[in-house]
Amino acid sequence: MKRVAVLGATRGMGRALARRFAERGDFVAVLGRGDDEVKRSVADLEARGVPGTRVVGVPCDLEQPESFKPALEAAEQRLDGLDTVVVTAGAFATQEQLERDPALAAKVLTVDFANTVLFCEEARKKLLMRGGGTLCAFSSVAGDRGRSPVVMYGAAKAGLSAYLEGLDHKYRREGLVTVCVKPGFVRTGMTDGLKTPPFAGEPEDVAQVVLEAIDAGTPVVYAPPVWRAVMTAIKAMPRFVMRRVKF
Amino acid sequence: MTDSRIEGWGRTAVQGKELQPDNLEQTPPVLFRGLGRSYGDSSLPPSANPVVVNTTRANRMLAFDGSTGLLRAEAGLSLLDLNRTLLPRGWFVPVTPGTQFVTLGGAVAADVHGKNHHVDGCFGAHVRRLKMRVADGRVLECGPDLERELFLATVGGMGLTGQILEVEFPMVRIPTPWIWQESERVSDIDEYVEKLKEAAPKWPMTVGWIDCLTPGKHMGRGILMKGRWAHSHEAPSRFPSEPPNVAFPIEAPEWLLNPLSIRAFNFAFYWKHLPRTMSGIVSPFSFFWPLDFVKGWNRMYGRRGFTQYQCVLPNEAGPGAARRFLDVLTRRGGASFLCVIKDCGPESAALLSFPRPGISVALDIAIRNDTQALVDELNEHVLKEGGRIYLAKDTFTRPEHFHAMEPRLPRFLEVREKWDPQHRFRSAQSVRLFGDAP
Ligand SMILES: Cc1cc2nc3c(=O)[nH]c(=O)nc-3n(C[C@H](O)[C@H](O)[C@H](O)COP(=O)(O)OP(=O)(O)OC[C@H]3O[C@@H](n4cnc5c(N)ncnc54)[C@H](O)[C@@H]3O)c2cc1C
Ligand SMILES: NC(=O)c1ccc[n+]([C@@H]2O[C@H](COP(=O)([O-])OP(=O)(O)OC[C@H]3O[C@@H](n4cnc5c(N)ncnc54)[C@H](OP(=O)(O)O)[C@@H]3O)[C@@H](O)[C@H]2O)c1
Repeated sequence: MKRVAVLGATRGMGRALARRFAERGDFVAVLGRGDDEVKRSVADLEARGVPGTRVVGVPCDLEQPESFKPALEAAEQRLDGLDTVVVTAGAFATQEQLERDPALAAKVLTVDFANTVLFCEEARKKLLMRGGGTLCAFSSVAGDRGRSPVVMYGAAKAGLSAYLEGLDHKYRREGLVTVCVKPGFVRTGMTDGLKTPPFAGEPEDVAQVVLEAIDAGTPVVYAPPVWRAVMTAIKAMPRFVMRRVKF
Repeated sequence: MTDSRIEGWGRTAVQGKELQPDNLEQTPPVLFRGLGRSYGDSSLPPSANPVVVNTTRANRMLAFDGSTGLLRAEAGLSLLDLNRTLLPRGWFVPVTPGTQFVTLGGAVAADVHGKNHHVDGCFGAHVRRLKMRVADGRVLECGPDLERELFLATVGGMGLTGQILEVEFPMVRIPTPWIWQESERVSDIDEYVEKLKEAAPKWPMTVGWIDCLTPGKHMGRGILMKGRWAHSHEAPSRFPSEPPNVAFPIEAPEWLLNPLSIRAFNFAFYWKHLPRTMSGIVSPFSFFWPLDFVKGWNRMYGRRGFTQYQCVLPNEAGPGAARRFLDVLTRRGGASFLCVIKDCGPESAALLSFPRPGISVALDIAIRNDTQALVDELNEHVLKEGGRIYLAKDTFTRPEHFHAMEPRLPRFLEVREKWDPQHRFRSAQSVRLFGDAP
């Protein structure tokens, strides 16, 4: 049985993943902003979880780095331990919106890169102090290659992927397992209103893939898995072709 | 966001925007829709302001009491999700329609009925509380004993009184997740109706399929199914496995469903049931939701789609009402792939709830050039028999027919007027039937 803290469990892929944990009897701490949303998600996980599963809600805002350490501490205390930390929280905006609005760009870059790294740093320290554990963070296929529709968002995710790989090389032998999830296009509130490309996935399918990766300690996982092949092809494309195609 | 095609289950469509927010509390005051399993235009926005809110991301359970079964959940929760979670723990919804791809909001708004209608009534009869947002923006609670008028107009009100945000109702304890089923081959419609009535006091769940193509003596021969939850000593100890679902591969060409292929299907279905009666343990998946095995089976009807015609012929129409209906149908050559017949129990207090004591007949009809004329003729017949049609299935009924069938309608419209004088919550269907501005 795991004791898991999930930042981002209120919606989307984080919600689906937290459900999988609770449904098999893992203890879950829902880390998030907005009391009411957190409360509703805690109630959902309690109702769906194996009877007896412990679910707690803890305030934590990815825009406020000072909330990270106390949140992880509260989670550890209220779950009687902590061995897995998951971050699905993140922000998205289209490249057009980011180019138009530097304040928004600063926010997305900070939240998706700097603050996510800072949160992972707190999680790393906590887990290592406890003798190890699993840290799973949601990056994106957008970080695999610079592409015109996701110039800035992709750059933040590329940074996050690089950080997670470094962490894995440095700390796996000390017992800290890092799982970097690279979702392709997934139908969630984040992508609502965007044009759906081929190979789009559902959050429930992603949750299953990620659950298996966390159990197995897989360092990099594409979800849905077909995106590994898609990205291999995209990465192999020569620059002059990339420049021409619109994705 | 660009406009896209928004379809009902029968594939009638409008071009519009379908918003799918995570949070239902922050949506514009427009029509809600769930999984779009209503066949016709009930879940489609009006053409002049084609915006509709899809609720399916609001799918959290908010409280479940493991001793009483009382559940409160967001309106976009599907029965599929609910059953996956609670069926293994021995709980079942009080009423289920013939598909699990239905949201709680859709189940309330259409006041759906199931195989147990003659015993347990419609879904709405079990609802204790609804949390709603009404036209003036207020969020409030209603129930059988709270804002009763609004509640009774909302249950079965097809989304026209406001947005259902949360639903509270008790789940029902079941002895095992398996069904004990007895099925019987019946040789014509009169015998079928008789047997259905005979079975009602003995069986909590009944339904059947008939062949409505064979005219004359054998008209309406069919298979009657009766079921109850199995006791633990008769049922397997394992949990019934969810069947793998296959997707209907293509949008079928129009010729696929022709009188000949439909006749062959009906023939095979009838004679597959070789012994006159069969009984045994079956899985709830095949008993309740046989059509859910094939995902997107509505594509079988091709681009033009299909409509379901469902009416109830009241007891007052006297004996032979089902036969008279089938006579009209077969005379018109209205070939239907499926024809489901079931008896209904008492009428609900909800103002537009469909079922009333009598016989419900449901047919799937591929849309052809003469479909409007066929529906008109069926409606005129049903009107003569004192019956009415089910809004959740309807695409073709004319307002004058509907108004004549529904003496309860003025009362419903009056309550709706009080809560939404500007008709913010309107659908393609309410434009067609209730004279709302498009
Ligand atoms: C294979 C199949 C079998 C079926 N069998 C049965 C059966 O046995 N018995 C039966 O009664 N029905 C049956 N139906 C019909 C189905 O149960 C109803 O149409 C039901 O309303 C569909 O739910 P939905 O979530 O898809 O709602 P939608 O089709 O999306 O919407 C239906 C109506 O509900 C309203 N609505 C939906 N959500 C909300 C909300 N949150 N707030 C306010 N209004 C809302 C919409 O505006 C619309 O008017 C069947 C349908 C199919 C496809
Ligand atoms: N969807 C895709 O196609 C896709 C593709 C590639 C990568 N990803 C990445 O996968 C992750 C999950 O995406 P998703 O689609 O599941 O997103 P989502 O549905 O938008 O959910 C995002 C979650 O993060 C939380 N969150 C956002 N900002 C936060 C903040 N400042 N503090 C605390 N919590 C915050 C949200 O909580 P609130 O309820 O409080 O808002 C919500 O629970 C993200 O990192 C995203 O970048 C997504």
